[in-house]
Amino acid sequence: MREVTSERTAHPVLIFWILAGWVGFLLLPWYGIEDGFFSFGWLLDGYPTDTDYAPAAFLVAQGEKTWLAPLLLPLLAPLLVLRRRKTDPAYAKILIAAGAVGFAWLIAQGFGIGIRGWNFAWLETAFGPLGDRQFGMGYGAMLLASSFLFLFAQGIAARGAINGDVFVVSAVSGIIVIVTVFVFFPIAKLMLAAFITEEGGYSLLVFAAKFTDSRIWSLSCVTGPGRCGAAWNSLFLAVIVGALTTILGLVFALVATRSGFRYKRALRALTVLPIITPPFVIGLAIILLFGLSGSVTGFFSDLFGIRPTRWIYGMPGVMIAQVLAYTPIAFLVLIGVVEGVSPSMEEAAQTLRASRWQVFRTVSLPLMRPGLANAFLLGFIESMADFGNPLVLGGNYDVLSTEIFFAIVGAQYDQSRAAVLAIVLLSFTLGAFYAQRRWLGKKSYTTVSGKGDSGVHPEMPAGLSVPVYTIAAAWAAFTIVIYGMIVYGSFVELWGVRDTLTFKHYLTAFSMRLEDGGIRWTGSAWDSFFTTIKIATIAAPLTAAAGLTTAYLLTRQNFVGRNAFEFGTMLSFAIPGTVIGVSYILAFNVPPIELTGTGVILVISFIFRNMPVGVRAGIASMSQLDKSLDESSLTLGANSWQTFRLVILPLLRPAILAALVYSFVRAMTAISAVIFLVSAEYNMATSYIIGRVENNDYGLAIAYSTTLILVMLTAVGLLQVAVGKTRIGRRTGQRTGQASGD
Amino acid sequence: MADTRIHSKAASVSFQGVSKVYGKDVLAVDDVSLDIEPGTLVTLLGPSGCGKTTTLRMIAGLEMATKGKILIGGKDVTSLPATDRDVSMVFQSYALFPHMTVMENVSYGLKFSGFDKSETRDRAMAGLDLVGLGGFGARLPSELSGGQQQRVAVARALVLEPQVLLFDEPLSNLDAKLRRQVREEIREIQQNLGLTVVYVTHDQEEALAVSDRIVVMRNAGIAQVGTPRELFDAPADRFVADFIGEANLLDCAIETVEGDMAQINLSGYRHQLDARGMSPGPATVAIRPSRLRLTPGADGDGIAAQIEKATYVGSRMEYIVAAEFGQVFAVSDNVDAPLSPGDAVRLSFDARGPVLLPAG
Repeated sequence: MREVTSERTAHPVLIFWILAGWVGFLLLPWYGIEDGFFSFGWLLDGYPTDTDYAPAAFLVAQGEKTWLAPLLLPLLAPLLVLRRRKTDPAYAKILIAAGAVGFAWLIAQGFGIGIRGWNFAWLETAFGPLGDRQFGMGYGAMLLASSFLFLFAQGIAARGAINGDVFVVSAVSGIIVIVTVFVFFPIAKLMLAAFITEEGGYSLLVFAAKFTDSRIWSLSCVTGPGRCGAAWNSLFLAVIVGALTTILGLVFALVATRSGFRYKRALRALTVLPIITPPFVIGLAIILLFGLSGSVTGFFSDLFGIRPTRWIYGMPGVMIAQVLAYTPIAFLVLIGVVEGVSPSMEEAAQTLRASRWQVFRTVSLPLMRPGLANAFLLGFIESMADFGNPLVLGGNYDVLSTEIFFAIVGAQYDQSRAAVLAIVLLSFTLGAFYAQRRWLGKKSYTTVSGKGDSGVHPEMPAGLSVPVYTIAAAWAAFTIVIYGMIVYGSFVELWGVRDTLTFKHYLTAFSMRLEDGGIRWTGSAWDSFFTTIKIATIAAPLTAAAGLTTAYLLTRQNFVGRNAFEFGTMLSFAIPGTVIGVSYILAFNVPPIELTGTGVILVISFIFRNMPVGVRAGIASMSQLDKSLDESSLTLGANSWQTFRLVILPLLRPAILAALVYSFVRAMTAISAVIFLVSAEYNMATSYIIGRVENNDYGLAIAYSTTLILVMLTAVGLLQVAVGKTRIGRRTGQRTGQASGD
Repeated sequence: MADTRIHSKAASVSFQGVSKVYGKDVLAVDDVSLDIEPGTLVTLLGPSGCGKTTTLRMIAGLEMATKGKILIGGKDVTSLPATDRDVSMVFQSYALFPHMTVMENVSYGLKFSGFDKSETRDRAMAGLDLVGLGGFGARLPSELSGGQQQRVAVARALVLEPQVLLFDEPLSNLDAKLRRQVREEIREIQQNLGLTVVYVTHDQEEALAVSDRIVVMRNAGIAQVGTPRELFDAPADRFVADFIGEANLLDCAIETVEGDMAQINLSGYRHQLDARGMSPGPATVAIRPSRLRLTPGADGDGIAAQIEKATYVGSRMEYIVAAEFGQVFAVSDNVDAPLSPGDAVRLSFDARGPVLLPAG
């Protein structure tokens, strides 16, 4: 007879979270520690009585921070349910009440009391001045908050939510809370910041004044010689880049799937490029080619006596760089779509006497529409969010992302202007995101049902193939030249001035010395390089875990608000990195969550920037796993956590690896959010390179970029090897099909 | 049968007014009450969409009843999730875990049942022996044939000694020859161990072959429950008669009832059969294709009719016969002297076989 868990008392998960709560309250330092928790210096420095390091219990016992004392109540209450059964109504009631009250009190005191005492004037008038203050929450507070959250989750699970499944309820509430804290909360803060006056009050007028600024919305470049506003510039650029990348992506996708081209595999290697290339590297290569002392510029001035100009700095340069950088992304999207059009549809059209051109125009192309929309949206958002290329190549062509940066770090230091600009940027991307969802909405264009389509895609019509081949060849050649330039440029002493080959840049960046039996990393780039590797290594598994758990909940579980949940987790995809950067600065610079200047904030920003990719990868592979696998595991007595761990996860190994490597690599190439969040202690490779570029130290910047590309190429290569090996176990679908057919 | 340590803990299953509603208003199962005796094999039979799979999944705990009570072994399990029910299921797709060996698959459920390592191993081995796959423990599911995979799925469910064992269309992925063999194996194991088995299928022949009792379902409800013989010989209504054995349903009139025998009139053709409590008036007579007799020639007893279509299917002839009241489907074992389309025949009923049903 199977043991029925709902009739057991003393549930291990419950005991775990109650204990965790007590550890957070009694043992761990309540507030954040300046030198970092993991230095453990605090253990020897007056712990547990020193108020900087003391756990909450010691603080309260010493008569400090007395507002923490009420937390004892919700901490004690769950002890009452330990001997009760899950089916006992009091069990659920006590846990829900304790979790909710505890969590709410934690939040209330966190926001109510800040560095200067009461955070709100009305609190001061109500309770009188407070002689005390508090800093950002530390691990003690975090653990206690988690404890309350998961006790609450167990309470509602016991009441029967989602079949009373503790694991699923906990996972859903955990993800809702972290997405709220690290996506919605910062965005809300950002919105508020747009209304803050210089005196610290709130005013609609400030927002109106900053919002209608002519530097954002001016159209004078259309009518005369003036400069247009950053918003129009960004929008114009993004639309052009979106359209061009979509067209070029489609061209490459057609060559790869609908032609007799022999080196299709090499073409597919193109898709790896954007993943491993820091976005601004293309901009650097463009400067090497078309800049004042660029090779092409030099060639033309020698040959035709054309005076070198700075034409590339501005809209043309940024556009070329972005189209180069994002075409492979469109290709990546469209290759799946072009292949996804069921061959039998096209064959059916052919047998109905349509010519190849008519088939393409009337069947293939319409079926690719959602893919084209997707590719455009991606190009649009990437261009809007791109920070590196406009910074390197923008010249006088102001775009929103760089304007935001200068508003925050420049001499003007104007947070509310940054917030207003960020809101404009966010509205553009969310608008595009929304429009795309509306447009594709309920239409289903999925034509491949999984198996059994044995048709062959027809080749492109002849009239189409000539231009397609020409464009593809030209663009591929251009891309090769660009990447050649990057590698070659890293060995040139001073581009356009002293063209001698040298290892100088590599030596400056990555030299090391053997000294006293140890290695001394003397190169200037090592610090940021190690930090980057470290941060990326920490962020990758967390990103993959969050993404795959979310994917599991979305594909395998049904719960109230599932659609809103999906929208919330995918939203951070449409939020440009620049906006994330600004909003994190605004939200996490002050208690209760104080993270700026730490490595943690970088890790967190990467998790939420890259999580949607993990979710997508997870959803894609999980929808290929038959649901009966989960169900049979459940009927065999495993609970949903055991099922997730023993059945789903092992079968998802390719998706896990992909998510891991992708988030690792993205963490190394990201710049737009990172540039706001780095600090002297935690400098990242990309922001270091941008710093070199700003000092006109192109050689070092390019040498460092080349190194990064090589490192990431290795990472992606290892992935290919690893994924190739895990294919063995996934044949049941096909095998049962065969076996039943013989 | 190998020396086995697998025993049965067969329990009864009882549905009391159970309904299942999906979303707001999709009624998948409507107020079903049902009792399944311990140690019997009961089939849920019906066309697709009739609610049979939902019913099965509610026994497993994979779907939760919206209304009503479910009891297993006399104990209320209505709100227990699948994990906590003592029920195992064999899935249509087998749902073998592709990343685990056969042995690991069969041991999977035992791991969660508190057995120690050697006991888990012994039980899993016994399970594999029972289905005749003793030497296959180290293989991956993908290295087995469809029939072997099916048996692994059965072993995996059996070793837990569940109170109830569920089968969801277990034969639908097998070819016709294997189907007969596997279905007999399932029946044999069920009878030898005395298991309670609930079995879902849409194939009436399969249901007739394996079941102790059959539950015919239609439109989210139960149409009739009975032994295979009862359903075949005494269907409750036109739906059951049509679904089991493709009976010809013909309108007729009951002329007289004497005792429990009735005389019916079908376009002038008269026949005596069990009245089944009906009184004179319009009615339906259900008659299986094999119970129709075709006599060549335009004269003689019976109804005048004409062969419309003749199909040779190897072991017998299939005929569509046109009569005054419409078409009927008949089969004949006489393949040596087949009739041809256009031939005139006299149509008559076998003495046993025709069943009276209420007029539809």
